[in-house]
Amino acid sequence: MSGVLVVLEHRGGAYNRMSWEALAAGQQLAASGQPLSAAVVGNDLDALNSELAGNKLDKGYRVEHALLRNYTADGYVSALEQLIKKLEPSYVVFPHTYQVRDFAPRLATRFGQVLLADLVGLRKDGDTFVFVRQLFQGKLNADYGHTGSGPCFLSVQAGAFRAESLEAGSTGVEAFAPQLDANAIRNKPEEPFREAAQTVDLSAAPIIVSVGRGIKEQDNLPIMEELAAALGAELAASRPICDNGWLPMERQVGSSGQTVSPKLAVGISGAIQHLVGMKGSKTVVAINKDENAPIFEVADYGIVGDLFEVVPALTEAVKKAKGS
Amino acid sequence: MKIIVAIKQVPVRDSSLHIDSSGHWIDEDDLSYEINEPDAYALEEALQLKEKHGGEVVALLAGPERGSQTIREALAKGADRAIHIECDDLASLDTLGIASRLAAAIKDEKPDLILTGLQSDDLGLGQTGVVLAELLGIPHATIIMQVEAGEGSIKVKRELEDGWFQHVAMPLPALLTIQSGISKLRYATLMGIKKAKTKEVRRVSAGDLPPAAAATVTLERVYLPEKKKETQLIEGSPKEAAAKLVEKLKFEVRVI
Repeated sequence: MSGVLVVLEHRGGAYNRMSWEALAAGQQLAASGQPLSAAVVGNDLDALNSELAGNKLDKGYRVEHALLRNYTADGYVSALEQLIKKLEPSYVVFPHTYQVRDFAPRLATRFGQVLLADLVGLRKDGDTFVFVRQLFQGKLNADYGHTGSGPCFLSVQAGAFRAESLEAGSTGVEAFAPQLDANAIRNKPEEPFREAAQTVDLSAAPIIVSVGRGIKEQDNLPIMEELAAALGAELAASRPICDNGWLPMERQVGSSGQTVSPKLAVGISGAIQHLVGMKGSKTVVAINKDENAPIFEVADYGIVGDLFEVVPALTEAVKKAKGS
Repeated sequence: MKIIVAIKQVPVRDSSLHIDSSGHWIDEDDLSYEINEPDAYALEEALQLKEKHGGEVVALLAGPERGSQTIREALAKGADRAIHIECDDLASLDTLGIASRLAAAIKDEKPDLILTGLQSDDLGLGQTGVVLAELLGIPHATIIMQVEAGEGSIKVKRELEDGWFQHVAMPLPALLTIQSGISKLRYATLMGIKKAKTKEVRRVSAGDLPPAAAATVTLERVYLPEKKKETQLIEGSPKEAAAKLVEKLKFEVRVI
């Protein structure tokens, strides 16, 4: 058993960019001389072939079968189980996407293993690796180790590894045809859909003011709206605010909402699902009463204080600065 | 329809967390606990399905004695009975070990549906439900927003990324992990709280279940995250801090 296998994800004929971040993590694991391979799963994968072959790998695999045209956990688990049994890698690496969350724990169970999910880092410690993930919604970090003989299953958080560091190359891509039985695929998925046309494009906003649970109730939202108006910013929110119906879903930033990269993000929310969506921000200002709130880890400027005092004061100061 | 809801007890949101002297976990002495928020939505979904289709809702929890409080709250909200796997050694198990215990404890229950939250607020691994489905050999779907029960099958609305959704049908029995915030959580009524005292709680000792396999992943150290960016903390009264921040936004960031 040796080597690193990275499982890439795609949708609509294109790779999910998190796939390349997972490959970067795989390169780090393989740096000590283990062979590195990557696999893509689906049906009719011609369009994805050249981008896979253009990476520096020891081998690429196209796992193809007509029953893999649409994603199902049963189909993916069975196909990848067969590939892993053939390759016997030491590590299997995934991007931590919703799809991976759906099938990778089940796949790991087939090998008597668990998925070390949502890694933010890894480092070598002697002959083994230490895997870093977040606990308590990002308030604490934890080092994990892997023992035992089976392959070690890992998924990596969006933005935690840099795809820019990937080396280009020319790799042979081999077809792998798994044996699949239509009767063993129990879920019947329909076509994905969107609920409504988006009318707000947060990804194009140069400045975003983001509100979280700290606002306490809907009636308090105007103080955030006033700050956004003063700054000429779009108002965004973390998930619970939109779940409550206080703001429309299209204003949600985070792993299940929009991903933004504004010049300035003023945030009072710090849940990791939200931070993942705003990692690309050029400058981050955090306002939070808890000095240990995870948002201060990514903030350039921070004010520790009560938002009900700080935000109105900030609105006034912005108006004054713009007026003069 | 018989529904089992797997719930977890976690420290109250916004607890002040301190690392314990071993550096392996947090100091639990002064913490208060509550139901893991996504699991509260799984319980709510189960209660609504029972109201629509009839049947039974069984709460399932693994953990130490303090878990009884969270079980009582689930019963007060309307669960019919509960199973408490009493154990103090959860920290020494990995997800597979915990899911094996849950699977063993419900071996004879034969539920139509098992619901749980999509992830826990403490460890956040998000896989106990999926692993449990594999151990029981039943289909599953994750991050579910809506459940429509049919005859021997269900159709669910799954959340995908970036605002996409998908309907998926599957045969029963099945396991679903429920997304937070999909409905409004109910409060326990006074009558519910009173009734809860008479409801059955089956206590299962971990020692009576098959021993869990040795953990293959281990938590070695817990620590405060290192800052990725050097945050300039701006001090002073709200007014002073606001004025200083605006100076910086104007002259350093140049967005005003």
